[in-house]
Amino acid sequence: MVAADDAALMSAIRSGDESAMGALYDRYSGVVYSVALRVLGETGAAEDMLQEIFMQLWRRPTAFDSQRGSIGPWLAVITRNRAIDVLRKRHPEDDIADVVVSVTPDMAGDAGRNQAMEKVRDALDSMSAEQRSALEMAYFEGLTHTEIAAKTGEPLGTIKTRIRSGLLALRKVFAS
Amino acid sequence: MSVHEQYAGDLALYAMGALVGDERTSVEKHLADCADCRRELELLRGDTALLAYSAAHSVPPRRSRQRLMKAIRKEPRRKQIPARRSWWATAPWVAAAAMTILAVLLMRQNTGLQEKLANQRDRTAEQQSQLEQAREVVATLTATDALHVTLVAARTPPQPQGKAIYVRDRGSLIFLASNFKPVESGKAYELWLVPTKGNPIAAGVFKPDAHGSATVVNPPLPQGVEAKAFAITIEPQGGSPAPTSAILMLGTGE
Repeated sequence: MVAADDAALMSAIRSGDESAMGALYDRYSGVVYSVALRVLGETGAAEDMLQEIFMQLWRRPTAFDSQRGSIGPWLAVITRNRAIDVLRKRHPEDDIADVVVSVTPDMAGDAGRNQAMEKVRDALDSMSAEQRSALEMAYFEGLTHTEIAAKTGEPLGTIKTRIRSGLLALRKVFAS
Repeated sequence: MSVHEQYAGDLALYAMGALVGDERTSVEKHLADCADCRRELELLRGDTALLAYSAAHSVPPRRSRQRLMKAIRKEPRRKQIPARRSWWATAPWVAAAAMTILAVLLMRQNTGLQEKLANQRDRTAEQQSQLEQAREVVATLTATDALHVTLVAARTPPQPQGKAIYVRDRGSLIFLASNFKPVESGKAYELWLVPTKGNPIAAGVFKPDAHGSATVVNPPLPQGVEAKAFAITIEPQGGSPAPTSAILMLGTGE
């Protein structure tokens, strides 16, 4: 099982196994780098972020609690959060160990992950341009809902609703 | 999943880090108390992870891997620290455990104090009762208007009588006199404790009233003196340190 492989890799990393760290990098560096690049917009900054995220995991592998989620989605979320911190020139707001991520689809294996990514892209494509834009501004640009409302000229309540219903729509894709 | 509706919209923004100011503070306070909303936050973060994966179509350059592996080899391996869980996941449990221990300790302490207080109250009430009884006894014995009656065999003329009640360990003494003749001016009766060893010890000076009665209550006496007898002499009214006249009355313990 690939999920077990992730757990075994993390266990080896906790024991200081460098080759396990290399294997985990091979598996998830694409996601981490892509998210960092999407937020920061520069390959150099994205590479620095990639290095920072994996070094954090190497120094403190216990920050990820395998009992409470999958490593891939967790890496994606902490990369995005850290990249937004860098973008907004602020200190990290959350300890990475405080970030718990729960996802329905199996994102551990390449096949499952590719299938899930395809479904997510389809779901985003099926949203209205306003809704997708609100989600992307909040998530990849790190704008607050008041900043999005000011930028789009739409009421705060509308922005809140679009973001929440957009996230629930992504979840719904995997609910059936 | 029952998520509090008033927080639903804010939770989604919070999951994205897009909530600021008072609204963020309000959500964090609510999350600290609401397990359902914490669970919903985990799911919303999972939803944002799906969003993050939608961007996953780039591949890092090969040098990034070499850079990482080189850095790892240089990095001294740190001592493992225990898994650190979310503070709001652990803090309530730690706080609850601490509060429970504290509550139990306080309850025990409170119960102990209440028991001590109750015991103290009982003892105080008992002592108060004993004190009242003692006061009544002493008041009766020493009352100037008390009627002192000594019963003797019929047709026997009244004889002077003295009754000493002595507790050696406390050094306390009550002496009751009846039918005593008046003493001449400047003189008084003096009571003596005659110990089993040594000289008589002065145990108070008294003058009988018009009825021939007198009392001596707790004169200054050393504690623990074994009394062989009590005796009465006539002394100067200020009392003498040692008997200066013949013994008028003598009584030994029963």
